[in-house]
Amino acid sequence: MTTVASAATGVPATGIPAAAWHHRHLIDLDVVTWPEIELIMRTTEEMKHVLARPIRKVPALNGRRVTTLFYEASTRTRVSFETAARNLSADVVSVSTATSSVTKGESLVDTIRTLEALGAEILVLRHSVSGAPYLAAEIFGGHVLNGGDGWHAHPTQALLDLYTMREHIPGGDLHGRKVAIVGDILHSRVARSNIWSLTAAGADLWLCGPATLLRGMDRWAGAWAGGAIPGHGRFNVTSDIDAALRDADVVMGLRIQRERMSSGLLPSLREYSARFQLNAERMSLAKPDAIVMHPGPMNEGVEIAPDVATSGRSVITDQVTNGVAVRMALLYLLAGSHDAAYEPAHEGAR
Amino acid sequence: MTDRQIMTGDEIRRAIVRISHEIVEKQAGTQGLAIVGIQRRGVPLATRIAGAIEEHEGVRLPVGALDITFYRDDLSLVAQQPIVKGTDLPFDLNGATIVLVDDVLYTGRTIRAAMDALIDFGRPRAIRLAVLIDRGHRELPIRADHVGKNVPTSREEIVQVHVAEIDGLDEVSIARRLRAPETAPAAD
Repeated sequence: MTTVASAATGVPATGIPAAAWHHRHLIDLDVVTWPEIELIMRTTEEMKHVLARPIRKVPALNGRRVTTLFYEASTRTRVSFETAARNLSADVVSVSTATSSVTKGESLVDTIRTLEALGAEILVLRHSVSGAPYLAAEIFGGHVLNGGDGWHAHPTQALLDLYTMREHIPGGDLHGRKVAIVGDILHSRVARSNIWSLTAAGADLWLCGPATLLRGMDRWAGAWAGGAIPGHGRFNVTSDIDAALRDADVVMGLRIQRERMSSGLLPSLREYSARFQLNAERMSLAKPDAIVMHPGPMNEGVEIAPDVATSGRSVITDQVTNGVAVRMALLYLLAGSHDAAYEPAHEGAR
Repeated sequence: MTDRQIMTGDEIRRAIVRISHEIVEKQAGTQGLAIVGIQRRGVPLATRIAGAIEEHEGVRLPVGALDITFYRDDLSLVAQQPIVKGTDLPFDLNGATIVLVDDVLYTGRTIRAAMDALIDFGRPRAIRLAVLIDRGHRELPIRADHVGKNVPTSREEIVQVHVAEIDGLDEVSIARRLRAPETAPAAD
């Protein structure tokens, strides 16, 4: 008899998978297993129920301190995290680098040490340098939640994307469903995190954009398709927008950043729009009930036509709403994770 | 580990019928009553109590399920986050008399959490408590209005309630904890 409590609580016979959360930090989805993603999705569902209540607040993280540290501009991600933390009754400290000692030259490491000394337990970090959260995790005693780092990863965005797709795809199963992500893949942490979750979900994933903005992705896709990394699904990389959109169930646009023009990767915004903009005509290639997504902020008229962004197929505002629920789920799961093996519970087996 | 049976399926059935009569008697009728089970094993017990009341009073009472995971006070004490099982309260709590139902009453912390959770949904006229087993060792000033069976226990013992809806059989047994569970969450 090794686990007395599992006998006491009973092995779930009614379809509650026994997945548990083991990660102290969430930096990218590459180390998150499919059962763990399912756990996040299920916890998100419960958080959505909380958001539907008359009082949209539960005391789960009462007295816990969540600090958001953003080295890049952000509206929705920061507000979403802070709303999520407050909905769980956490105390929220918001550090914006424009008004902090960072402008006096304080390093990331010193800033994090200072925030920890000031009581931060969960650190939500956005940084323009890929990999910065790994450094943060090394020095920070609490939990690090990646709010987007460089071109590397944006795991909460990928998870809210997955949740939103499952809400709209009949049956909630992405297996074999065609998902096209169109735009600046090269600089997109959203696309990179989505690769992990969508291939794990069994989706037929297509990444599409101008060849200059797909650089390196074909090698990644080729490595997985060739079985170099076992257990990962295939995905497709193409500059053929029609092939990417044809019979798609989900079409996601990514923002084209104006600063890319100066680096010679794109001749002009007009050229991009002419060849890759998600407009009504191109969308007619996708399935009639295909949904349209965008992680925001949008450049309407560049990567996406205004009528497509606001059409009945668009679930862009659902993404924003679901973002709060997903982030509540992750804050909750991270706050309950421990490195220490077992600490006795109060009322587990009784 | 030695399991000792303390209630058979028949005894559980009789306790539920008795509790259902007590509830109606205390309330002097079924007006404004609603039964709410605490996840997980309180939920089938709540359904059975409502079924028994329907049988002898001819009134179908609203039944709800309450998950108290987000209201626990031991988040930092449990090794793993308990899995959330869902709250479903398909009626208006305002002005209702809610009978909370759980399988085992122990420290009282679950009930404290359940009352906090309920009050977030509205303002019940009264909250009462029915449990199948009261095993003592309260850490909070909470007592049950309706008890299936009082069972004196030591803290080293574990009370295991099995219900057919979840476990395939009805039985309550008591076991001695040999060593602490390693990974199991404080789920129920």
